[in-house]
Amino acid sequence: MNSASPPLTSLSRVASRTAAAPPDTPVKIEADRLNFYYGPKRALDGISIRIRTNLVTAFIGPSGCGKSTFLRTLNRMNDIIPATRVEGTVLLDGKDVYDPHVDVVALRRRVGMVFQKSNPFPKSIFENVAYGLRINGMARTRAELNDRVEESLRQAAIFEEVKDRLNDSALALSGGQQQRLCIARALAIRPEVLLMDEPASALDPIATQRIEELIYDLKKTYTIVIVTHNMQQAARVSDHTAFFWLGRLVEYDRTDRIFTAPAEKLTEDYVTGRCG
Amino acid sequence: MKHRADLAFRVLAMATLVVALVTLGALIIDVMADGAHRLSWQFLTSLASRRPEDAGIYHALAGSIWVIVLTGLLALPLGVASAIYLEEYGTASRLARFIEINISNLAAVPSIIYGLLGLGLFVRTMNMGRSVLAGACTLALLALPVVILSTREALRTVPKSIREASYALGATKWQTIWYQVLPMAFPGILTGLILSLSRAIGETAPLITIGALTYIPFAPDSVWSPFTVLPIQIFNWVSRPQAAFKENAAAGILVLMGLLLAMNAAAVFLRDRFQRQGRS
Repeated sequence: MNSASPPLTSLSRVASRTAAAPPDTPVKIEADRLNFYYGPKRALDGISIRIRTNLVTAFIGPSGCGKSTFLRTLNRMNDIIPATRVEGTVLLDGKDVYDPHVDVVALRRRVGMVFQKSNPFPKSIFENVAYGLRINGMARTRAELNDRVEESLRQAAIFEEVKDRLNDSALALSGGQQQRLCIARALAIRPEVLLMDEPASALDPIATQRIEELIYDLKKTYTIVIVTHNMQQAARVSDHTAFFWLGRLVEYDRTDRIFTAPAEKLTEDYVTGRCG
Repeated sequence: MKHRADLAFRVLAMATLVVALVTLGALIIDVMADGAHRLSWQFLTSLASRRPEDAGIYHALAGSIWVIVLTGLLALPLGVASAIYLEEYGTASRLARFIEINISNLAAVPSIIYGLLGLGLFVRTMNMGRSVLAGACTLALLALPVVILSTREALRTVPKSIREASYALGATKWQTIWYQVLPMAFPGILTGLILSLSRAIGETAPLITIGALTYIPFAPDSVWSPFTVLPIQIFNWVSRPQAAFKENAAAGILVLMGLLLAMNAAAVFLRDRFQRQGRS
């Protein structure tokens, strides 16, 4: 298992060689030999990866392989779980997010997150989106607030469905609509990176398709990292794919190569359904 | 065989419940028979008197309401703030565990001890005298453990996913607690508060200790007024030899019961209202 640099070199080699390759955009997030512990148990083992700007990067792997844990280290959401510990570095635009001087609140404003189970606040649709703007002081007037809420709902492709009932409770929406509302809420504070933790795993196929189309649109503006169980989904939406196994990063490459010609036997076995 | 055991247990459980309800019913009917004819607008609006037929409950009812409102105003912010500290901030610290153990102990302390504390601390040391404020401070101490415990319970029912959603939007811990966690926990906090106030409104012992048993022929008009409360007035009437005062006591019990039921109804109403606000 080569977890550290070799996948990265193979990635850049492939990218420069193949015409159809996605452009080699600048590195947005770089993890270097990242270890993560829940109490004494090591959940991530030496993860090194470079995630590139304005691309969709998918994390795949079996349950418990560490892909969600790794995703949550990128905006320090694991900080709120007691008795956890991080070693190594995560650089966002070259600056270590685990540096003691880093303001976690400011970090999470730049690195937004959408969760596996849609979790709207038990408030109105409008208030769900407005909350992030209010607490971060991002709208000075009522008109500005209204504009930003509408813009975010449009970006998340849900505005047309809810425009006549913005003051209704968000909990009255369907599961797929709730998840798109959560995406709108995350987009409202204009993050640079959007982390998505299995955003469609609880949705029906049509709602899933809408989320996937949305991801495709959003990558023009955002750097997206998506954790998914569903390999077809990874193949459909992502430019790069990272395969995790037992807390290690086994292989990281362009998505088409991961699914058609992986370098590692383990990756091949997993994507063809022979293990995991 | 299994079914028979099941049936036997159900019958037993029913019988226990019926015994409890019949006893309660008999007590209420007895009190009603004694006191219902004394209940009138005149009884509710008259002050204490030596003549039982002229005596009313107004001063004690007003005293109870003054004390309980003030108790609520003191116990709610203190109790909620303590619960937030214990549940959200101090969970792992040794100090928090020490406080926790003491709160559990406080909940089990007999109410007369609170009365002695109130006498020593509020009436004497802090010079509040035998006032509404001293009574409310004493009862607030009595109510605090229950308010703290029920608030912690309510805070714990707020799903982790809501906190995560808030943190992920760049909210600070305090913003998350203030804007998301507390509003969701509020119905539970309110229920705990009103239950503890319902207990406090029936308390006699701690208020006797701080001097609310003296003859007070007027209703309080400020937090510094001397006062009496319903259970003490009832106790006072019961201990008189004349039968007519016993009827007054029964009527007083009905008033106290009415006040309790009104408080519990308010609790249910407010809880449903706040819950609906979140959901629908």
